[in-house]
Amino acid sequence: MLDIAVAYNRFKFLGDEFLTWLWFVIEQDLAVLKNADPDLTSFEIGSRMVVEKKYKKTVERITIKAKDAGLAEARMALKNGAMVTELNLVYRSAQHKWQFSLKGESLNLSSLQTPKIAPPESPDEMEASVLEKIFLYDKILQFLEKLYKHFIKLRTSNRWNSREISLIKKWLNAER
Amino acid sequence: MGLLSASNSITRYRVEGRLKTPVLETVAAGLKKNAIGEIDDQALEKAVGWTSYAKPYQPDFRGSNYAYGAYLVFALRIDKKSISPGVVKKHFAIESSRHLAKSGRHYLSRNEKQTIKDHVIDRLNVKVPATPHVYDIIWNYEDSVLWFFSNLKTANEELETLFLRSFDLTLIRVIPYTAAYLDSGLTDTEKDILINLSPTDFTGKKSV
Repeated sequence: MLDIAVAYNRFKFLGDEFLTWLWFVIEQDLAVLKNADPDLTSFEIGSRMVVEKKYKKTVERITIKAKDAGLAEARMALKNGAMVTELNLVYRSAQHKWQFSLKGESLNLSSLQTPKIAPPESPDEMEASVLEKIFLYDKILQFLEKLYKHFIKLRTSNRWNSREISLIKKWLNAER
Repeated sequence: MGLLSASNSITRYRVEGRLKTPVLETVAAGLKKNAIGEIDDQALEKAVGWTSYAKPYQPDFRGSNYAYGAYLVFALRIDKKSISPGVVKKHFAIESSRHLAKSGRHYLSRNEKQTIKDHVIDRLNVKVPATPHVYDIIWNYEDSVLWFFSNLKTANEELETLFLRSFDLTLIRVIPYTAAYLDSGLTDTEKDILINLSPTDFTGKKSV
């Protein structure tokens, strides 16, 4: 296995590709999402997206407030060689909602909001509250892990080059 | 940010290795050995150590109060003192003048200046209370998974160092490469392909 610091820089593009693919899957391939979580009600782009185009020495970064500007600008940037580097996502299962930002280069989650739980009213209730919250974290993390596994299997298969890339390009270039 | 907070950041880790049994006792020993110590009224500028999830300002690892079901729940605490440069400058000037008056000289050597500065900072550190920063941790020992409730680089680095020192186990950060290499069920052939991957170009050219 590679040294982590070396691997972080060498393979951060994989995280950015994962987010780009995730956006494609969200719009085009519900079956992949359903396979990762049969309880899924919906999974969509949330309030923010960051796309970056890397040049030799500089990086051009565009932050899009998805609700305000729509995603046309991000799609245009992708067509010109940019990648999604950060994505705010909304996941729903039954009546419950999770919202979070996922960073491509690290796969770190931030601003993670799970469904609300009742705050513990006494020290005796603390363990139950903590376990309930852990269950909610686990639910979204397992979903993301399954999606990432699916992506990596696809990315290391012939299908990526023979089919997936052209599907993503077609999606990017489709008239809307 | 507490794990029960409305909004959180999470850095995920895989834990490499197994603990000596009985596990809970080994964990307790590691936590107690490296529990945070108070540095108020001391010249120390920073302290890093474990603390209890439920009582972060009064660490208590008696019994197995850090075990919640199958999870080990505790926290990393980093206490840091912060003295503004202006305060250091003022006290350094006063101390330097006193030193010169006492010795009857007109200037201080570089070493003397450094010694006075260190002395001033130590003295101020004794007076300044440390600001505690608490980062919760959930460790699923059976699945070798750990969640750290912060994305801050410095906090993550302190966690990795203290965890190794306390439990003799390595934390491997979940990043695109490790998640692919260790956790995606790749065959050896697929791992070879992974190592040689290069970025996909969605604009025209073909990827490797």
